[in-house]
Amino acid sequence: MTTAVRRRLWTVLPLFAAAAAMAVIVAPTVGSTSISLVRAFDASIPWADNVDAQIFFVARLPRVLAAAMVGATLAASGVVLQALLRNPLATPFTLGVSAGAALGAMLVIATGLDVGALGVTTVPMASFAGSLAATAIVYWLARSQRRGLSTNVLLLAGVTLNSFFSALIMFVQYLADFTQSFRTIRWLMGDLDVGSYGPLVAALPFVVLSFTVFAVLPRTLNLLTLGSDVAASRGVDVVRAERLAFLSASLATGAAVSLAGPIGFIGIVVPHLVRLLVGADHRIVLPASACFGAAFLIGCDVVSRTALAPLELPVGIVTAMIGGPFFLWQLVRHS
Amino acid sequence: MRAPGLSRRLAVCGLLACAAGTAAASWALSTPAAAFTVQAPPRRIISLVPALTEMLFAIGAGPQVVAVSSYDRFPPEVAARPRVGALLDPDVERVLSLTPDLVAIYGSQHDLRQQLIRASISVYDYRHAGLPDVLTTIRDLGRVTGHAASADSVATGIEHDLASIRARVAARTPLRTLLVFGREAGALRNVYASGGKGFLHDMLVAAGGTNVFADLPQESVQATTELLLTRAPDVILEVRGGPVYTDTQMRQAANDWGRLASVPAVKAGRVHVVTGDGLVVPGPRVAKAVERLARTLHPGAFTP
Repeated sequence: MTTAVRRRLWTVLPLFAAAAAMAVIVAPTVGSTSISLVRAFDASIPWADNVDAQIFFVARLPRVLAAAMVGATLAASGVVLQALLRNPLATPFTLGVSAGAALGAMLVIATGLDVGALGVTTVPMASFAGSLAATAIVYWLARSQRRGLSTNVLLLAGVTLNSFFSALIMFVQYLADFTQSFRTIRWLMGDLDVGSYGPLVAALPFVVLSFTVFAVLPRTLNLLTLGSDVAASRGVDVVRAERLAFLSASLATGAAVSLAGPIGFIGIVVPHLVRLLVGADHRIVLPASACFGAAFLIGCDVVSRTALAPLELPVGIVTAMIGGPFFLWQLVRHS
Repeated sequence: MRAPGLSRRLAVCGLLACAAGTAAASWALSTPAAAFTVQAPPRRIISLVPALTEMLFAIGAGPQVVAVSSYDRFPPEVAARPRVGALLDPDVERVLSLTPDLVAIYGSQHDLRQQLIRASISVYDYRHAGLPDVLTTIRDLGRVTGHAASADSVATGIEHDLASIRARVAARTPLRTLLVFGREAGALRNVYASGGKGFLHDMLVAAGGTNVFADLPQESVQATTELLLTRAPDVILEVRGGPVYTDTQMRQAANDWGRLASVPAVKAGRVHVVTGDGLVVPGPRVAKAVERLARTLHPGAFTP
């Protein structure tokens, strides 16, 4: 890493990290009700009598952490897939991962198979399984080309699988009864009210694994965006890099979607905004997007929790309503 | 183990979501032509709404019912009737081929309504509303199907039962209750509870409870964890309109709420799961359902 890049990394990244940290600290203090933080942190009050502590630690903190995890994951996966597919319109959901996850969730909800224990239920498990299945299918299709992983086939297979799964989802919804159909539709709007730390802990290993891979990807992604031939001439093992990028991004997206549903817009808006702010170097864009994605989704969730209080506005609607116009405004401003 | 996704019966309840906006009794009979001639009672009735099917059978119009919706399970006689779809997927051809002279449909089935009227078939238009509307609808159906007297006696019977339940719980302090009719099994996610209107709310009030969401003018409320903690109900009543739970299932469902330790209902062990067919159908079994809720809320009021 050149000194210039390193200096830039050390000036830019702390700002993004600070924004994410601020969001994590401030967001749990905001909500549909006002709570006393003094009481919430007063350990002398028995847990069962401390409503403020319960609102803080049971209702809000897991949500904020879920938002941070999902926001960071979707934004970082967006960056990786845009570089991998060399397509600025790619999102974490382009390659069928979210449709697979959705199909898994729909099947469990519609067949009434949902059982659960310890705060982890079959719906997230089935959606994670669905995302893995979709990833495996797309990967297998793209690999069956003669050499390596064809990004063109990857894209086509992903998009086709998306439509195919969407058709299956509609079929399942149509056969389900009314309440179940409503639940499946609500699932698609995204929901961060995880209600406990169990689901977070369950998703964490996959997210950590993916981010470990993300940590070694940026230099390769920089070269891949120039084209696979250029990357290969600079000594990149293109096939291995593409495989790693695809699998890690898919795994991360699958974990995020199974935790909170397919929350749209983050995977495309955040990477582009970050690029507008810090340039195109993935060594900066990737970590900055993860931080910004976390802060952005935490912010959207605060809106989701308070805009219609005491009712909740589904967070997927908020990300789209804030993200869409803001993104367009940035595009116009910078063009 | 299956904490029931939601039973098919609960489909009825799901309709609440789209029925919002009609608080008053809403039904209308549309007869295509000859509105001024006195019509003979219909001889071939099709019901696409389970609550109406139950009412038709209760008032003695059962023999006239030639087909029912795909969600109908009660009374047992419906098992022998052909199915013609339901709210979202009525099988129009099937309906027409059975040559009905009256079809009872849900108010939002506009297309079906147009098609039936074009085919010169009378339509009974209905939407779920409150508890009093159940009685109004039963009497209306009686008039329309030529069973006015028996419908009136069914309605009066329900009124009488409801009044006696109200009398039993009248002296009890109303309990601040959260009435849950759906959530993800094994977790407190996607908790759906009764808001401040609709028949579930009315049933809770009749059973001697005050709804913690009485201030929210909608039939169903998706309650977040924060909202559940803030509203701090004294009793949590989960109604599941499906098969009856085993004791283990019941305990498990109640245990899920343990995470909300500060909620008075959890502290006092007053999380009750009430299961069984017909609990959430706004039909003639509604007084029985109210009684079950009342017995759960105020067991003392029913001991001799």
